[in-house]
Amino acid sequence: MELLGIFDATLTGSLLRFATPILLAALGGLICERAGVFNIGLEGLMLAGAFGAVVGSYFGGSALAGVAAAVLSGVALAALLALFAVRLRGNEIVVGIAINLLASGLTVYLLRSIFGVKGAFQDPALVGLSTLRLPGIDGLPLLGPLLSGHTSVVYVALLLTVGVQVLLFRHVIGLRLRGVGEHAEAAMTLGVDVGRLRTAAILVSGALCGLAGAQLSLGNVTLFVENMSAGRGWIAVVAVMFGRAHPLGVFAACLLFGLTESLGFRLQGLQLPSQLTESLPYVVTLASLFVFRSRTSRG
Amino acid sequence: MSQHPPTAAFELQGITKRFGEVVANDAVDLSVDAGEIHGLIGENGAGKTTLMGVLYGIHRPDAGEIRVAGRRRRFDSPLDAIHAGLGMVHQHFMLFDSLTVAENVVFGAEPERYGLVDRAVAAKRVAELAERYGLEVETGALVGGLPVGVQQRVEILKALYRQAAVLVLDEPTAVLTPGEQEGLFRVLRSLAAEGTAIVFISHKLPEVLTLCDRTTVLRQGRVTGTVVTAQSSAEELSRLMVGRTVSAPKIEPHEPGETVLKIESLVVSGRGPDPAVDRVDLAVKAREIVGIAGVAGNGQSELAAAIAGLERPRSGRIRLGSAELTSLSVRERRAAGLACVPEDRDGTGLATAASVAENALMGFEGRPELAPRGVLDSAAIDRRAGDLVDQLRIRTAGVRAAAADLSGGNRQKLVVGRELAHDARLLLVEQPTRGVDLAAIELIHRALLDYSSGGGAVLLISAELGELLTLADRILVMLGGRIVGELARESATEERLGLLMAGGG
Repeated sequence: MELLGIFDATLTGSLLRFATPILLAALGGLICERAGVFNIGLEGLMLAGAFGAVVGSYFGGSALAGVAAAVLSGVALAALLALFAVRLRGNEIVVGIAINLLASGLTVYLLRSIFGVKGAFQDPALVGLSTLRLPGIDGLPLLGPLLSGHTSVVYVALLLTVGVQVLLFRHVIGLRLRGVGEHAEAAMTLGVDVGRLRTAAILVSGALCGLAGAQLSLGNVTLFVENMSAGRGWIAVVAVMFGRAHPLGVFAACLLFGLTESLGFRLQGLQLPSQLTESLPYVVTLASLFVFRSRTSRG
Repeated sequence: MSQHPPTAAFELQGITKRFGEVVANDAVDLSVDAGEIHGLIGENGAGKTTLMGVLYGIHRPDAGEIRVAGRRRRFDSPLDAIHAGLGMVHQHFMLFDSLTVAENVVFGAEPERYGLVDRAVAAKRVAELAERYGLEVETGALVGGLPVGVQQRVEILKALYRQAAVLVLDEPTAVLTPGEQEGLFRVLRSLAAEGTAIVFISHKLPEVLTLCDRTTVLRQGRVTGTVVTAQSSAEELSRLMVGRTVSAPKIEPHEPGETVLKIESLVVSGRGPDPAVDRVDLAVKAREIVGIAGVAGNGQSELAAAIAGLERPRSGRIRLGSAELTSLSVRERRAAGLACVPEDRDGTGLATAASVAENALMGFEGRPELAPRGVLDSAAIDRRAGDLVDQLRIRTAGVRAAAADLSGGNRQKLVVGRELAHDARLLLVEQPTRGVDLAAIELIHRALLDYSSGGGAVLLISAELGELLTLADRILVMLGGRIVGELARESATEERLGLLMAGGG
């Protein structure tokens, strides 16, 4: 009874909230993966987005300005990744790691130079994302808290999942993207510009990670903490493998990771040590890596 | 044939292409008419692929010009060539395994509706094309799961979908079974009848003689002749290719010696529930070459793997002299007197990133004269490799050059030479001349015959019936994992073998 009791409104209400940043970043990673780019810079791109969101919201005075700045920050950093990994043909793993380190150091530096604080920045002038109540669903037990009362970014993420599915498997660009990822030389002989498609994929992943960052710093909370992405970008990398670079599979994987995060959050309420509960998502990630070692076959 | 002069679909005039010091094409002229099937033949490294690369916009020529349908053209990329009406079927297919046949064909020029791929229209157009040219394909099937012959049809469809007036096929029969090859020839003839100009690159003379209207021969980057095929002969073409007359080796009558290899009711598991090798019995004697014929995939590879020790048989016995091989490791088998020339030259036969000398050393690294007290003596190793290179006339920049930098024929000579050097009692040879040019074939055949007359036993697995008929004293035919027939040298013909291979014996 005690155990089942944790599946309450607090838990269901936080599920999508926690899953969304991972989902957005994973969708970006998925698009890159399909284009033949293993993007492990998701973590850094997300962190840049989270910081950009706070800057935009603080100086722009609105959540929308925050989201716009978040997306721009993600795209700007992704452009750097694309420049080195695609245009200059660097090793994408090395460049990706560099991007992650750069984002981590740069946000800490800018936090001090712009806001003059260390560790975390919180200010009444920060405008967070408002939540939407879905009429008709809001009042329902369980479903209400599960689906209603989230930020617009959460709903955008859900729509984007469907959008990526359509783009990849129905749209001309998606067909070419998959072709580029599978056999770049063949795509080239058919007149498809491989570099341009890959660059576009990386930039889109930057925008999606920026959005993920906005959900972190303006949605789930309204503040910036150093390295607040806290491994979610890495979990997104795993979610892409786990979901076999398939939008619906990746969505399911992100729900699982979101659930473990919200479970950890919920268990804190039961006076369990937070070191234990917060480690839950990472333990599940590790376990899933063991279970789904192969990312070679996909549908 | 019509009376008025046919129009050239494309012309290459004075094409010269250099790669550093090497002149790959030297003032080459080539003109192919609409509706013509034009053979382009030459030894490996004669410049065929480079010439077609120039035509297809992969290489920029240093001199000369390209005319397509009378207009002078300059191609900066394959895309320019495609737009000008050229299509190429590469030797290594340019296909997307995870996409469907229709998606592969329309890729890059997809029928759209609101930006989405119109799959119904794509499938319909591809089906119509396939129907029109007799290229049977299932438009919805995933390409990765299709047989090679069907994948090749998809490649041809890709060119046709882009309305190619010129179709270049680079060694298209290298990967096909005899039946698939017949089908390909039918398609090419019907395409030519509709006015497509076809360039057929090959180094198999019988194919060129049956299929092509005219044939251009390249040797060392130059055109040595363009002939009307019907008025030419295999002798003339091979002389133009090699620069001298190539003669079939003479076989001296000889008596085989004692039994060296004896296989009894050997069964090897396959991927499916049926065994790949099913109760096979065979024997090879000293001074005897026993050939194994069969359509690829009828158990030959598995039989070889079981003898070599790469696959554990389910049951049966393999005896080499007095040794029972089935319980021995690969190393022990080699010690018992086995040497192997594997089917996959680059994957199994060689370490392509390693040097010629290192590849020649493999299997000999324990010899005290090459590695005293376990320390490699590189001077001795290089000297030994140099002898091998001279003996088999392997063309290489030196024994320290990477094996990958050698041409296919020279890599094959390296493997054959190394294995012959073991002086083993039994030599197991798989596809010794696949993708190898005439001069190298002649040399490899000579080496195998010398080895046999010197007392060695040879088990020769080959997809080339001509090769088996030339070399083998007896030919066994495999079908569905079983030996379904045996022909002695005197009674073996290509027709009788073909019939047995198809299950009509």
